Order: sequence, then structure tokens, then C-alpha cells
Amino acid sequence: MLEIRNLTKKFKSGDETIVAVNDLSFSVPAGQFLTITGKSGSGKSTLLYQLGLLDMPTAGEVIINGQNLVSLPEEERTKIRLNDLGYIFQDYAILPSLTALENTMLPLLMQGYNFKGAERQAKKALAKVGLTDRENNLPGELSGGQQQRVSIARAIAHDPKIIFADEPTANLDTETSGQVMQAFLELNKEGQTIIMVTHEAQYANLSDRTILLVDGHIVSDTMNK
Amino acid sequence: MDRKEKTENSFSQNLKVGWFLASRDLRHANIWTTTLIVFVMTLTFLNLIIVSGILIGLIQGSEDAQKKYAIGDIVISPFLNRSVIEQTPKISEIIKTVPGYKNHTIRFTGAARVESNYRDTIRPGDKRDGVGAALLGISPAGEEKFSGISKFIIRGNYLEETDQDSVLIGKNLLYEFTPIEAPGFQTLKNIEVGQRVKVKADNISKEYFIKGIVSSKVDEFDTSVIALDSEVRKLTGRSDLNAGTIAIQLLPGSDPILARNFLLRNGVGSYARVQTAEEAFPKFLKDIKATFGILGSAISGIGLVVASITIFIVIFVNAITRRRYIGILKGIGINQKAILFSYIYQAFFYAALGIILGMILIFFLIKPYFAVHPINFPFSDGILVATVPSAMLRAWILLATTIIAGYIPARIVIRQNTLNAILGR
Repeated sequence: MLEIRNLTKKFKSGDETIVAVNDLSFSVPAGQFLTITGKSGSGKSTLLYQLGLLDMPTAGEVIINGQNLVSLPEEERTKIRLNDLGYIFQDYAILPSLTALENTMLPLLMQGYNFKGAERQAKKALAKVGLTDRENNLPGELSGGQQQRVSIARAIAHDPKIIFADEPTANLDTETSGQVMQAFLELNKEGQTIIMVTHEAQYANLSDRTILLVDGHIVSDTMNK
Repeated sequence: MDRKEKTENSFSQNLKVGWFLASRDLRHANIWTTTLIVFVMTLTFLNLIIVSGILIGLIQGSEDAQKKYAIGDIVISPFLNRSVIEQTPKISEIIKTVPGYKNHTIRFTGAARVESNYRDTIRPGDKRDGVGAALLGISPAGEEKFSGISKFIIRGNYLEETDQDSVLIGKNLLYEFTPIEAPGFQTLKNIEVGQRVKVKADNISKEYFIKGIVSSKVDEFDTSVIALDSEVRKLTGRSDLNAGTIAIQLLPGSDPILARNFLLRNGVGSYARVQTAEEAFPKFLKDIKATFGILGSAISGIGLVVASITIFIVIFVNAITRRRYIGILKGIGINQKAILFSYIYQAFFYAALGIILGMILIFFLIKPYFAVHPINFPFSDGILVATVPSAMLRAWILLATTIIAGYIPARIVIRQNTLNAILGR
């Protein structure tokens, strides 16, 4: 499903060059729930941005379904992000002027669904995360957990090949975090590939596999189940 | 099938998603901000129309008055080497058969000197208080029917058919109204209605009572001494009925060119010059009108630049403050063009609303108001010249300018790195 080869990401900070991701190679088979953990500054989020085509690596390859996507022009990468990938951000990143339903509909409309079709599909996704009764609420009218569930609904509505989640529980209380994790586990049970960055071990342990990063290097790659 | 062909419809998908985003943004925008932007756009549009419209209307008002009161739709005047229109009575009969004929007036003209203090004793070498004036002989009833000249009498009364010993005097001949003492140009001082003046034309002179003072903003009247036609013929020593000017009014909707050609076909052109009002207007008036049009457009252009800058700032601030929002959109796979379209739609919305409000104000309020209450300029009653085609042209210019002004800042922000925008760095 997804493979990275010799992936490296370097940053310039003044005169200093920081290697955030250092020559990493691994693969993620379809249907796996992978968590990437590590301390703050270990390079886990940077790695996720490279995997999710949100950033360009300094070197290496990101291969999805046999195709190296690094060298593709931005327009093509945007298309792949739209059609094949789903994103869940730490601070939800849902659009404040759109209702829960409209936020979820947006990638579907961009994919070419007509309004009714997008609405129907988005409602299904919202139902999956238990937000049917809040679909017409603006983000400002929702709690943090509900906003994160809108973000999940938006990520899954268009049936992506891989979901990328960047610390999705970081801003949530324990109970809501549990609900969000439950949603991920259910999606994974249905065959959804998920790659999640987290620094919380109890959530990492719920996934199929955990990669631990230290200073941009993989120090352990463990199967949890 | 809910999903449409992706590649073929990508442009329409971008338009659709752009509209989806723009409509939601506009719906949730601050009402006062939106009102302010639309207000600026409305003012800009009004500025585009009104500045040039008033400047042109200044001359147009003068032309309209000239046409309505002085020369009508068709004017017949002597050839340049003649002083009168030959065969005036015969021409008068032909005129009545012109297609669309409504009315006409025959005026007798000449040049005169008017003196006011001719009874006073003056020192040897001193000049009498006098002024050179055009002499205009009218039939009081006929002229009243044609131009309604009596409404321009600001003091005294209008002439009657029996007023052989009276004249009307145009305000431009009086110092009270035209206080100019330039070399070679003199006006009459201390003139009152009921006072006597001496009118000298050629070698004939006669005393007249001033029956009224005319103020019309039409030079033909304001610079003339107006007397009965029979009196002017006497003063100019003419025993025939050949006139100085014949002005013809046509029924509304009649074609003046058709009427002019009719007169020419019927031989009037052999005796005098036949011109439509448009042809008879002095060239300098046309030049001033064109100059004011250019001037108005230049001033309006400044307004257009201001509106462009306003929209640029609005969209730029909007896009900059929502840089992260734009980053998220790009991150989840929304095409840059769709995001760009959303800003273009917003700029279009502000401009279109401003234009619609401006159009309503111009054509349903301002233009009708100025038609009823013209601006009282010193030499004309200024109206607002605004036509639907010219307003539409300006609307397109404003719309295009606004869209460009919205496009540029949105593009600048949208082109920034997606991840940097999402992370706010």
C-alpha cells in the first residue's frame, strides 16, 4: 500500500541544518493501523507530512500503490491528496464558515459529486462518527471532541486509501480521546489503513504496529497485535 | 450515479466548489464589513457615472435649452453672405407640411445699440451709457407658443401684440446681472422696468419702455433686445417679411434628418440654410462636451483606482488572515483554482451588488431628480447625462477591475507553501 525508501527531510535553521527525518525506509500494508510515536521534536509529525504529501522530502521516495509520488507536480499531489488520502489534524482544521455537513461535503464536491450526492455521502460519514444530530452546526457551536469527529468524517467521507492523523487526541479530554480512538479502531476494523502520530503510549498500544522515532531515526518498530 | 467524470469537469468542479466556499463565506461574513465594502463599490460606481454625467450634463443642459427654446429641432437661417431668409412666407407654408411638424416661430433679427442715459447731459468727450445688442423681433403669441418665453421674464411683463413702444431686455445686457467692465464690453447700469431706452439700428432710432427683463440661460434671449417683429422690421429698414431665423419644433419621436431632407427636397435649401439642431450647435459646445467627457472619465478613473485598492486590501486581508484556512483547503485536496474562484466570486459579489444599487440610485432617483430639479449653473440648467449603455460599459469596467483586484492578492496567498500555511509559519 505505502512504502518509503531512504526518506530524509532536512531544515535550515540559521547556519545549522536540522535532519528531522533521517534516511527512513519502511512499508505499511493495506488495512494496517500504524502509530508513529516519539518525544516532541523527534520528527514524527514531519514524517507524517512527507507521507501525506503535504511537504516535499529532501531525499527519498514515497510510494503508494507502486507509484513514487515525490516527483509529481503540486497539481497531481493535490489530486492524490483529494482522492486517495484523508487528513485529521491535531486542532481539527475544519473550516469555521462551514457547517459540520458542509465541511464533510467539501472534498466530495471537489471530487465531482453533485450537491445531493455529496450531501448523502457526507451524512453517511457523519452518522458513522455519531454526529447526525449536529450536522447543521457551525464548528464554533461544537465541542472539541465533536469538531474532531467532524474532521474524521471529512477524512473518511470520500473513502480514502489511507488516513493520516496528526496527534488527533492531543487537544481532547480522556473520555473524548477514547471516543475518537474507538472511531479509528472501528474504521480500521472495516479495512481502513490508518497512520497516526501520537505521543500517548496508551493509544499507540491500541494500533496494529508502532514505530518509535528518536531524532529522526527509527529506534523500534513493534507489532502490537 | 452521483459522481461525475472528474477530469472533463475539473473546471466546472473548481467553479462549483469556489461558489460553495464563497457563498458560505459571504453568508457568515460580518454584516457591517460587507455593508461597508458594498457602500464603497456603490459610491465608486456612482462616481464613475455622475462625475462625467454632470460635466457633460452641464453642456447638455445648455444644448437642451437651446433646442427647446431657441432653435427647435430644425433651424433655418440665412446663407452666410445674406442677412435674411429669402421667401420667408413661402418657406413658412412649406414648413407646415414637414413630416412630424408641431410648431414653428419666425424671428426677425438685427443689430442695435441700446442707450439708457441718452436724455442726460454729458461732458464733451464722454460716452453715453450704451451697449451693443442683438435685436430680436417676435410675434408675442407665436413665440410664447413656441418657447414659452414669458416664463423667463424675471421682472415686469411679457410683450403683447399692441406693445409697439415696449421692449424686453436680456439680462446679459444689464450690469446688475452681468457686472463686467472689460475693455470693449459694456453693460447698462441702473436699468429698471418702466424706464425708457433708445434703440438704434442702422440709421433709425426709437425710444422704448422696458417692459420686462429676460433671464433664460439661452443666449438668443439673454443678449437681445426683444421687440415686436413689426418694430424690428422698421428699425432695420425692411419692408418685406423676410426673417432672420425660423425655428421648427417636431412632434416627439420624429426624425429631424427626415424633416430637414424634406425641406431641402422642397426647395428651401435654395433660399436659406437648413440644419438640424445637432448640426447647428456651435462646434465649441461639442468640443467642450467632449472635453468634459474626457475630464469626467479621468476623474472617474481615480475613483476606479480607489475601488481597486479597496477590493485588493479587503481580499488581501481576508486571504492573509485566513492563510491557515487556505492551507487546510489545499491540504485536503481542494484545487487552488477553486480557492481562487471563491475569492473572485466574493469580489464579483461586492462589485455586482454595488453596481446594482448604483444603477437603482442613478436611474430611479438621481437622474429623475436632476431632470426635475436641474443644477443651477450660471449658464445652463445642468442635468445628469446617464444612459443605460454607458452605465453598462462602466459597470463592466468596474466589474473587471474589481475581479482583477480580487484575483491578485488571493493568488499571492494561495501560492504559498501548503504546510507552512497550515502550521502558521
